[in-house]
Amino acid sequence: MTPEYYIILSAILFTLGALGFLVRRNAIIVFMCVELMLNASNLAFVGFANQWGNLDGQTIAFYVMVVAAAEVVVGLAIILMIYRTRRSASVDEPNLLKF
Amino acid sequence: MNELIASVFETPVINYRQLSPILIILGAAVISVLVEAFVPRANRRVVQLVLVFLALITAIIWAVTGAGQQAITGEGAIAVDGPGTFLQITILIVSVFVAMLMAENRLDPAGDAFTARANSLPGSEDEREYTNRGWTTTELWPLFLFSVGGMLLFVVANDLLILFVALEVMSLPLYLMAAIARRRRLLSQEAAMKYFLLGAFGSAFFLYGSAMAYGFAGSIRLGDIANAISALPGPNGLIIAAVALLSVGMFFKIAAVPFHMWAPDVYVGAPSPVTAFMASCVKIAGVGVLLRVMYVAFSGLAWDWRPLFWIVSIVTMLVATILALTQTDIKRMLAYSSISHAGFLLIAVIALNPQGIASTLIYLVVYATATVGAFGIVTLVRGPSGEATHLSQWAGLGKRSPLVAGGFAILLLSFAGIPLTAGFIGKFTVFGAGIAGGATPVVIVGAVASMIAAFFYVRVIVLMFFTDPAEDGPTVVTPSPFTGIAISVSVILTVIFGIFPQPLIELAEKASIFIR
Repeated sequence: MTPEYYIILSAILFTLGALGFLVRRNAIIVFMCVELMLNASNLAFVGFANQWGNLDGQTIAFYVMVVAAAEVVVGLAIILMIYRTRRSASVDEPNLLKF
Repeated sequence: MNELIASVFETPVINYRQLSPILIILGAAVISVLVEAFVPRANRRVVQLVLVFLALITAIIWAVTGAGQQAITGEGAIAVDGPGTFLQITILIVSVFVAMLMAENRLDPAGDAFTARANSLPGSEDEREYTNRGWTTTELWPLFLFSVGGMLLFVVANDLLILFVALEVMSLPLYLMAAIARRRRLLSQEAAMKYFLLGAFGSAFFLYGSAMAYGFAGSIRLGDIANAISALPGPNGLIIAAVALLSVGMFFKIAAVPFHMWAPDVYVGAPSPVTAFMASCVKIAGVGVLLRVMYVAFSGLAWDWRPLFWIVSIVTMLVATILALTQTDIKRMLAYSSISHAGFLLIAVIALNPQGIASTLIYLVVYATATVGAFGIVTLVRGPSGEATHLSQWAGLGKRSPLVAGGFAILLLSFAGIPLTAGFIGKFTVFGAGIAGGATPVVIVGAVASMIAAFFYVRVIVLMFFTDPAEDGPTVVTPSPFTGIAISVSVILTVIFGIFPQPLIELAEKASIFIR
């Protein structure tokens, strides 16, 4: 089996995530795009693990999942706090700092 | 049967002595969480402060006494070497002074710099009630300790997975710490969201770069990647992609142009003690790791990444300096100054020689020393609604309180790299390393940028000393010994390093060899 297709798929997912991060305006969606990028990396790690025949890549994927979960906790806490204050989760609206 | 199991499960060799500073800090962070859960609110602040300073000082003692015993430990995942130990000790010492700034509670009539309760709505009845009860966010301390622990691990990590995990352990608490300012809470929350989203974006690049490096070398150890690169017959797309993505991830962390957009906003919005922490310790950790990754893993590809670093370094120095000229807010100006320092530090990374390592270590020490003091002084100058950060409010400060303004002037001169201050030694050694490493054009741009920078630093000094104070100007509040000591030590060290740099230089040169 060639892992090539998996790597190409992961590159596509990573690019979609990065593009989504740049163009979407809702903080939750932007945040999901980051998660998509992390999971694209996971796919690449697992694909490469298959190619190299060692378990490093698969182990890393587990670690990344745990880290991503921790990131969700922190991220949602911050986004929720902003939402409670402003009744909106748009990343454009909070712009008090542009001066 | 036993032999079979023994061949499958080998006990990992972990040298706990070398890891002790990290373990002490992370252990204290866990205890600190328990303190939050079980100690009554009235006593929490004191208990947390004792715990934090005890942990930091114990960790410093263990790190200093253990220095010199270099080892690759944790089954090759962690390299406790000269630069690693040097940076760990620097981070710990700077953290002590940052913790002093955070512990300050006499500046604001309502308490310290952190909100009474992070989950109360800004301006609400709840918020007022909690503030009147004298509450404060003591959750800051466990977050602070976890972040310091992450940094300590970050600078000695020898494989890309540990790097990623340490990066997140360092960053995640910082996102929350940025959100809990007592004053201007909307700004603080907005800063936290920007910092979080862009920080996570940067981490994702870092991780995808790690995946590419793993795909190229079949291993995530920096040493193995270097070996695979030296065995490389021709150009290889995977490893180029890996270098590019990993660099972008780290440029985000050290706020190099064009990945700096978050820094001014976040530095302004976050509570000033936290900003001091971000500007000093995160920069130390980020640049330390950039140095390690580039020197240990990718030095064989220098011809491919050096041009990119040349451009980023030049653009960072010029853009940050020119934008700093146009700022009207003191914290924003310091933020752009901090970005421009990232550009100077990149010169030492480009140099790719032992001098480059030593000069980075020196530069980081003098930069962090001055940064903590500068943000400390920013917390002292206050108006009725909190810190007075607009530049016009700083007019005539030298006439009203010469001591504070004088200290700030020394720190600004150090940022500018004027002789007889520590900043000069930093710039001098970095430029020397750059020329020795064949990056003379970048050094010339660096010299021009520091001349332009000198202009806006001196402008603030002129504003403080040679203009008349406004009628309803801000007052300089007398701090508790915490902030007082932190600022004085910062100013005194800046002068001492400037006049007697030899011990620091010798120490950095002794520590300037990476092991792999």
